[in-house]
Amino acid sequence: MGELIIKNGFVFDPLQEIKGDRMDIGIKDGRIVETSALSSPKTIDAAGMAVMAGGVDVHSHVVGPKVNVGRLFRPEDKLFKSPLKRCDRMEMGFSVPSTFKTGYDYARMGYVFVNEAAMPPLHSPHVHEEIRDTPIIDNAAMPVFGNNWFTLEYLKNNEIENNAAYTAWLLRATRGFAIKVVNPGGTEAWGWGLNCESIHDPVPYFDITPAKIITGLIETNEFLGLPHSMHLHCNNLGNPGNYVDALDSFKLAEGYTAKNTFGRDQVLHMTHVQFSSYGGDSWRNIDSQTKEIMDYVNAHDNITIDIGQVTLDETTTMTADGPFEHHLRSLNNLKWANTDVELETAAGIVPYIYSPNVKVSTIQWAIGLELALYSNDLMRTFITTDHPNAGPFIRYPRVIKWLMSRAARDETMKTFKWLDRTIESTTIDSIDRELTLYEIAQMTRAGPAKALGISNIYGGLAPGMDANVAIYALNPEDMPSDPDMIENAFSRCAYLVKDGIVTVRDGEVVAEPAKRTVWVDVKVPENAQVQRDIYEHFLRHYSVGVENYQLFEANLHNPRVIEVDSTQ
Amino acid sequence: MKTVTITLANPPELYLEGQNITPDNFAGKKAAEIATLDVWEGKLKSPLGKYFTVEGEGGATAADTKIVLRGDCTRVKRIGQQMTAGEIVVEGNADMYIGGWMKGGKIHVKGNVDSFCGIGMEGGELIIDGNAGHHLGSSPRGEWRGMQGGLIRVAGDAGNDTATFINGGTIIIGGNADIHVSTHGEGGTVIIKGDAKGRVGGQMVKGDIFVYGTIEYPLPGFQLVGEVEQEVDGATARFAHYIGDLGERHPVSRGKTVYANIYTRL
Amino acid sequence: MAKKIENVGCPFCGVCCDDLVVTVSDDGKKILEVENSCIIGSTVFHRAMSERHTLPRLRQPDGTFKEISYDEAIDYTAKVLHNAKKPLIYGFGSTNCEGMAAAAKVAEQAGAVLDNCASICHGSSFLAIFDNGYPSCTLGEVKNRADVIVYWGANPAHAHPRHMSRYSIFPRGFFTGKGHKGRKIIVIDPRHTDTAQVADIHLQVQQGHDYDLFDAFRTVVRGHDIPDVVAGVKKEQIIEAVDIMKKARFGTIFYGMGLCHSDGRNHNVDIAISLTRDLNDFTKWTIMAMRGHYNITGPGAVWSWQYGFPYCLDLTKRDIAHMNPGETSSVDLAMREEVDAFINIGTDAAAHFPIEPVKRLRKHPWITIDPHPNMATEISDLHIPVGIVGVEVPGIVYRMDNVPIQYRNVIEPPEGVPSDEELFERIYERLCELEAEDAAREPAKAAPEGARAGE
Repeated sequence: MGELIIKNGFVFDPLQEIKGDRMDIGIKDGRIVETSALSSPKTIDAAGMAVMAGGVDVHSHVVGPKVNVGRLFRPEDKLFKSPLKRCDRMEMGFSVPSTFKTGYDYARMGYVFVNEAAMPPLHSPHVHEEIRDTPIIDNAAMPVFGNNWFTLEYLKNNEIENNAAYTAWLLRATRGFAIKVVNPGGTEAWGWGLNCESIHDPVPYFDITPAKIITGLIETNEFLGLPHSMHLHCNNLGNPGNYVDALDSFKLAEGYTAKNTFGRDQVLHMTHVQFSSYGGDSWRNIDSQTKEIMDYVNAHDNITIDIGQVTLDETTTMTADGPFEHHLRSLNNLKWANTDVELETAAGIVPYIYSPNVKVSTIQWAIGLELALYSNDLMRTFITTDHPNAGPFIRYPRVIKWLMSRAARDETMKTFKWLDRTIESTTIDSIDRELTLYEIAQMTRAGPAKALGISNIYGGLAPGMDANVAIYALNPEDMPSDPDMIENAFSRCAYLVKDGIVTVRDGEVVAEPAKRTVWVDVKVPENAQVQRDIYEHFLRHYSVGVENYQLFEANLHNPRVIEVDSTQ
Repeated sequence: MKTVTITLANPPELYLEGQNITPDNFAGKKAAEIATLDVWEGKLKSPLGKYFTVEGEGGATAADTKIVLRGDCTRVKRIGQQMTAGEIVVEGNADMYIGGWMKGGKIHVKGNVDSFCGIGMEGGELIIDGNAGHHLGSSPRGEWRGMQGGLIRVAGDAGNDTATFINGGTIIIGGNADIHVSTHGEGGTVIIKGDAKGRVGGQMVKGDIFVYGTIEYPLPGFQLVGEVEQEVDGATARFAHYIGDLGERHPVSRGKTVYANIYTRL
Repeated sequence: MAKKIENVGCPFCGVCCDDLVVTVSDDGKKILEVENSCIIGSTVFHRAMSERHTLPRLRQPDGTFKEISYDEAIDYTAKVLHNAKKPLIYGFGSTNCEGMAAAAKVAEQAGAVLDNCASICHGSSFLAIFDNGYPSCTLGEVKNRADVIVYWGANPAHAHPRHMSRYSIFPRGFFTGKGHKGRKIIVIDPRHTDTAQVADIHLQVQQGHDYDLFDAFRTVVRGHDIPDVVAGVKKEQIIEAVDIMKKARFGTIFYGMGLCHSDGRNHNVDIAISLTRDLNDFTKWTIMAMRGHYNITGPGAVWSWQYGFPYCLDLTKRDIAHMNPGETSSVDLAMREEVDAFINIGTDAAAHFPIEPVKRLRKHPWITIDPHPNMATEISDLHIPVGIVGVEVPGIVYRMDNVPIQYRNVIEPPEGVPSDEELFERIYERLCELEAEDAAREPAKAAPEGARAGE
């Protein structure tokens, strides 16, 4: 694959605590190497530019059935909104882009790894078909467990070992990556049109509470020693006053410590916390409770979060939190799709407009930014938009701009119709903090890679790691006075090198290196009971045979397996 | 106002897509430049001059530009799409999408038009002397924000699916309308001087429909509430007043539930 | 020794039974027995070995067919696509998703219109989904939870033979241990169908007036009065049915061509979706289209992730996709004479389209890609035989509830006969060569700057 040297850039690699030093990065055969190991490399001149590892997205809905319903049922999301073709394939859609556009746009932003946030296990062949058609970026996908009947039954009876054996089986069956939990118990209740609104609401007919599901899955995760931690979308999401539920859920992680060989420190990743940081008791008096939330997060090392920043766009909400989407459609009366998935999960999809003219939208905007700006540890606080729920991922550069520039925040706030009410209900106006490029590198590559347990491969620039390097036309010694230049630089990177191949140049895709599917294979002891339970449920309750449910090898594309041996 | 006359001299084998035929695109251009604008016949992109002869020149702005189309434009789509100002006169028929997503100005078609005309319209006037096809003044697929404003006047009949998701503006049909009028409507006015076949106002939240003739199959979700005298399109008449669709959701404004109204002439 | 192959998916209808057991001969060439399937499904397997061609057939000036090589057929097809101004590629009811993805690549390269059988089938469901969403579920949910089942304008007893026994009326699931006894069945159909035979309530709606009846249902759900008779159904019957639906714990409306192809089409489905939305304010309701062929859901899935549109994709502008059924739908394109070449793949347009569009399409080159001879192949300029998905070719298909099912093959295709996917990949390569030849011929021709090819 040849040799490459990236010369004279300002390197930001939080995994090695390199804070903008002028250094050269050597690349050989798709890996980072010491520059001394190069014989006759091609040169990329990165003088005056910021050099970082390729971006790592901890949580984004990019592939799979609900994403695809979002595409299918919104033709208007394409009308006059799609860019003209400039790569191999057309790029259609705005808030829910086609798979091709997804891959190209992530690459243009300098990202190389995207973790699909929710895979319904029954639909895993669909997820993997879409992964095949998402160019360039490496993907992993997290199967959902929080409403899975096997999980509910094992955890009800405190059978962590059985639950672990089942989890290992399902990760392999779906070629999944980690344990995702969405509205634990609540989505099962949605099977009857109900919900679990707090972590103590019992799940109908299953005699278990969300709290017990959460702790049981944390225990299962650490029992197996998976690369990533349990990844939680908590109960009562999106409702006024729900910061209490978020805090209650955080507290369930107390006393647990991470057990793994992947360098991960947290036992709980709480996702899109913006949606769970609301005070008040109605849409009239909703306010920001980010201080409470971040005081807790800052004080507890065994938690990571991502923000789920509202970007003030017309977008498409989609989540396995079925009752939430049903609630949302009663607020905006727009079209609503829902899919309940037998024994496993559900999904809802509703278009949504976050408008600078709507008070709740602008309060939500402030809350997301506050989470990041109050964080004491940006290795544990990541940038997401819960794509496409709070906004499309192509807005990450804009989020970065807001985080790096008080002036940019002020400029946006000037457009708010309810500015005074927004300032009253939040603390955004009192925050002067502006994040640095190093901190952005923590939030967008090093931190997520560490939390996902893949920081030996992705998210850093140490020799031996994958040669994924993003170069942005930003000079840390001479940052632009116009914050929009920050957004432009992060939208269209000067270069992206993926697996040692120059993939993006001047913001345009110039090559499409092979992408990978990253999954986790866990070795567990034989478990006859779990085998029997699987046989029984498939015989009686699933609509698909167990042999056809498990992903065929032919339907897994360019795999990269991470092996875990829990028998040791 | 300056006039550009384009005459379809070499008709296409298939259909032409002429979204560039708008006062906005012709403004400030001489005939020769207008002749270089793109039109599409399937995947074949060609200059407009390959099919049309061009005379005259555009005005300084769209508002100062009038376009006259001569020749048989029955197979020319998207005339006047997204225009914001100025005027278009089609001497004969036109195909689909004429006046689609129109924001301002005026289009006058002396013949018939096909389907999807005036869809997604925001403003301006679209006048059809003949008949219109289906989806007149409708919303594009999946879009819940349908016609926002402007006026569509059809002298003849309209096909089905008129004014789906209408939010504002007025559509006047001189003749009859086929099934589905203002389905999912949330505002605006549709006036049918002739008969309506059925499914008038289905799933409608807000807005008004006037039918001068009969509705062959009225929907069960509409309820007679009285008689009113009303001025419509410059003339006053008495109407039976129905509210509905009672099967659909309805907003409450100042303590009163807002319904969609159907008025049939007495 | 004959060999038994288990967990075989059935390449017939959208029920996608995946529990077939197929016995094949020792040499793996003959299908001897098919177990668990309905009679139609078993016919698909047994018919596999008869009436097969192993080489493409090209129409000769005298009207007869002559066998040609696959390379020649691929060259012919690529040239037809390349030379046409607006070719139409239609079908895909009976192939796998891999084939659909490869065909999309060809269509995009060729600047073609890409459409599938939904265009003349459940396309109206898509239009309704665009406008109103789709509160649905997987079929296992119905089996495990549903206590009220509505079949509206659908007759699974004939069209989807195992639907009622696998998923809806008869099975015992996790919360439905009593099976049929624990369920109420409502059938709404102008005819007293065989499905209506098993119903607790059969409402004989006046043909073409389903929309009116749905409106009455919705009006009653919201507590308003309705006329004494709506669409031929008495008020009391409507109130009784609504009452059952509101009291359900979990209900599903399965609907079919009765809604999609009577007056109003998409609006009938649209208001059925509205009714489902309404009922979710009281209890749990879901709705599902009774999709026809085993993988007709597939192209809607594949092309949605590739382009954001499930059918009727106009890719002729080459830089952006456009969809508007009514304009870009196959029958409309044919009737309006908007297209000048036709590729019929994995379906039989000659049998399924009305005669007039068939005649108009026939004025231009017509190529049919199908394992078997059918009406379309016999009027084609070129017939290219391919392997049978689900019998000779494995792949992913999407069941009517959008659940992907991984299909196996039980025998190999005849020697030299490619899969749809392989065929389209080869057509794609040839197309690229033709374009490169063109580019070489006119090296100086720069693309003229122009306004954007828009929607």
